Amino acid sequence: MGLRIIVCAKQVPDPEGPPSSFEVNASERKVIPRGIPPVINPFDENALEAAIRIKESVGASITLLSLGKSLSRAVILKAVAAGADASLLVEGDAFEPSDLDSSSTASLLAAAIEKAGGYDLILCGRQAADTNAGQVGLGLACILGIPAITLAQKVEVEDGRVRVERVLPDGYEVVEAPLPALVTVSGELGDLRYPSLQAIKAAKALPQTVLGPDDLGVDPHGLARVETVGLEAPKRERSCKLVEADTPEEAGRKLALVLRQDKIL
Amino acid sequence: MEGSGSVVILAETAESGAPAAISLELLGLGRDLADGLGADLSAVILGSGMGDAARELAARGADEVIQLEHASLSTYNPELYQEAMLGLLKSFTPRVLLAGHTAMGQDLLPRLAFSLSCGLVTDCVGARVEGGQILFVRPVYGGNALATQRVTTATAMATVRARVGEAKAPTATPGEVKVIEASFAAPVRLEPKGRETLEDRECPLEEAPVVVSGGRGMGGEEGFALLRELASLLGGAVGASRPPVDSGWAPSTCQVGITGKVVAPDIYIAVAISGSTQHLSGMSEAGKIVAINKDPDAYIFKVSDYGVVGDWKQVLPAFTAALREAAPEQGGARWA
Ligand SMILES: Cc1cc2nc3c(=O)[nH]c(=O)nc-3n(C[C@H](O)[C@H](O)[C@H](O)COP(=O)(O)OP(=O)(O)OC[C@H]3O[C@@H](n4cnc5c(N)ncnc54)[C@H](O)[C@@H]3O)c2cc1C
Repeated sequence: MGLRIIVCAKQVPDPEGPPSSFEVNASERKVIPRGIPPVINPFDENALEAAIRIKESVGASITLLSLGKSLSRAVILKAVAAGADASLLVEGDAFEPSDLDSSSTASLLAAAIEKAGGYDLILCGRQAADTNAGQVGLGLACILGIPAITLAQKVEVEDGRVRVERVLPDGYEVVEAPLPALVTVSGELGDLRYPSLQAIKAAKALPQTVLGPDDLGVDPHGLARVETVGLEAPKRERSCKLVEADTPEEAGRKLALVLRQDKIL
Repeated sequence: MEGSGSVVILAETAESGAPAAISLELLGLGRDLADGLGADLSAVILGSGMGDAARELAARGADEVIQLEHASLSTYNPELYQEAMLGLLKSFTPRVLLAGHTAMGQDLLPRLAFSLSCGLVTDCVGARVEGGQILFVRPVYGGNALATQRVTTATAMATVRARVGEAKAPTATPGEVKVIEASFAAPVRLEPKGRETLEDRECPLEEAPVVVSGGRGMGGEEGFALLRELASLLGGAVGASRPPVDSGWAPSTCQVGITGKVVAPDIYIAVAISGSTQHLSGMSEAGKIVAINKDPDAYIFKVSDYGVVGDWKQVLPAFTAALREAAPEQGGARWA
C-alpha cells in the first residue's frame, strides 16, 4: 500500500477580513464574524500543499480531515480538488468552536483518525488563524504516540522517514523522524495551488465520509482544560500627527525635521 | 512536597550563554504571580555547563534554581527536553509553569502539557492573579480580540511573549541553585541533521531600537535596499510584513507579526504597510510608530503617532537624506 497522508484542516472566518468584520461579543465571550466567508485556515492550506508535493514526488493518497459545527461543503470541495483523494468530515452541534479548546479538539481528531483506518503521515497547520493556539498538532501526536516535528517549511518522505526543514528565528534546521509521524507546517512552505474548474468538478466524485459526535465515542464535554472567562476588543488606536507639504519630497524632509524636533530621532 | 504549588519559569540562554532577556522578564512576571498566590518562585534551566546562567537567575529573583544538566541538552532537542522535564516534574506539581513564547517554548510546552494532561495557554500578553486564580490574556482572531483565559487543571502552563514581564533588579540574597543530572526514559525518535543560519545576527530584529519595515507596496527588492539604508543610518534593523517575505523580497527572518517576530522598538517605521491585525499584533507595542503610505485611509495611520500620505518612492529618499543632513537635537539622538 502506498503512503497514506492525513491533512487536518480547520474552517475559520477569513482571517484577512478587515477588523470591522470581527465583532467582539463580550457578554457571550465570542467573536462573531460579519460578512466574511469561511476559509480553510491558511496554515492548513500550507499543510495540504506539502501533502500534494509529497504525492507528486513519491506518490500518496491524501485524506482531508475537518472537524466543525457546520462545514461549508464548497470550501471542502475546493480544497480537496487541489489534490486530495478523499475527505473525512466530523460535524455536529457539539463542536461549537467556543466550547472546544486545544485538548478537546486534539482528542476528537485523534478519535476520528482512529476511525480513518491507518496513516503514515499527519500534516497540520502550525496554528489556527482564529485561536492562534498552536497546540493541536503536538497534542494529536502525543495522544497517538507518534513523533512530531513543528514549523515545517519543507517536508519530504523517503525510505519510511520524514525529513523536515524546520523554521527557526534565525534560519532553519533539518530534522528527520521515522514514520508514522506528525508534522506541523508553516507559511514559508508556500501557498496552496488553485484547482482547475475541471478538478473541482471531478472532486465531487471523490469519497467523502461524514461522522457525527456519536460516531467518535468521545464526549467533548469535560475534556477542555482552558476556559475563556473574558473577551474584549484590543485598544490600539493612537492620534496621528499627519505631516503635510506641497510635494511628497517636501513632506519626507518635513517628517525628518518634525521627528528631530520632537526628539523622536 | 517541596516545590509543589510553586510558580516555575522555564529559562533559556542567549547566544552569550547568559540568561535570555525573556527569562529575566519571566522572573519578573513570575515574582508578581508568586506574590499574588503566596507561593515560591523557581526557575529551571536545561543544558550543559549552565552554572553561571543558573547563578544569574538565582540573583535575579528566583527563590530556587534547578539546573537540569546533561551533555545532550546543550541545544534544544524536543524529545530530550521533554523527557528531562517530565522526569523533573515527577517530583513536584507546580501551580504554574511559564515559558517564553519562543521557538523553544512554542515547541516544548504543548508537548509537556499534553504528556501531563495540563491546560496550556499560549502567546500570553498578560497574566495576573485574581481571587486566587491565575488569569491569562492572549490575542485571538489574529489580534482582533483579546481573550482572558484560565486553566482548570492543577498545574497551569503558559507561554508568554517578550516584553510582557518586567525584569527586576538583582536581589541582595540570591536563591539556592540545585544541580540535577537529567535522565531520559523514552527512546529518541527525532534526529537533528544540522542547521542553516540566515539572519544577520549583528542586529537581531527583536533587540533593535529602531525597526524600519516595508510592506507589499514596496513592490520588489529594490525598495528594501532603501529601507536598509535608512535602518543602518538609524542603527536599526529591517523588518517586513508577510507579503514581501512570501514574494522573496525579504528573508523570512524579517517578518513582523503574529506569525513572525513580535517587536517593541522605541521607533517603528512602517513603509507601504496597510496595518492588518496580523501585522499590528507584532508591533503595536512600539514606543512611537511612523507610517508612510499613499492611501490616506490606510488603517496604519490610525495606530501611528506620525504619518506622511505619499508614495514612498518620493517620500523615503527625501526623508533619509534630511535625517542624514540635520544633526539630531540635543538629547534626541540615540545613534549619532
Ligand atoms: C494566519 C495569518 C497569519 C498572518 N501573519 C502575518 C504576520 O505575521 N505578519 C504580517 O505582516 N502579515 C501576516 N498575515 C497577512 C496579513 O493578513 C496581511 O495580508 C498583511 O499583513 C498585509 O501586508 P501589507 O500591509 O504589506 O500589504 P497590503 O495590505 O497589501 O498593504 C499594502 C499597502 O501599501 C500601500 N502602498 C502601495 N504602494 C505604495 C507606494 N508606492 N507608496 C506608499 N504606499 C504604498 C498601500 O496603500 C497599502 O496600504 C497573516 C495572515 C494570515 C491569514
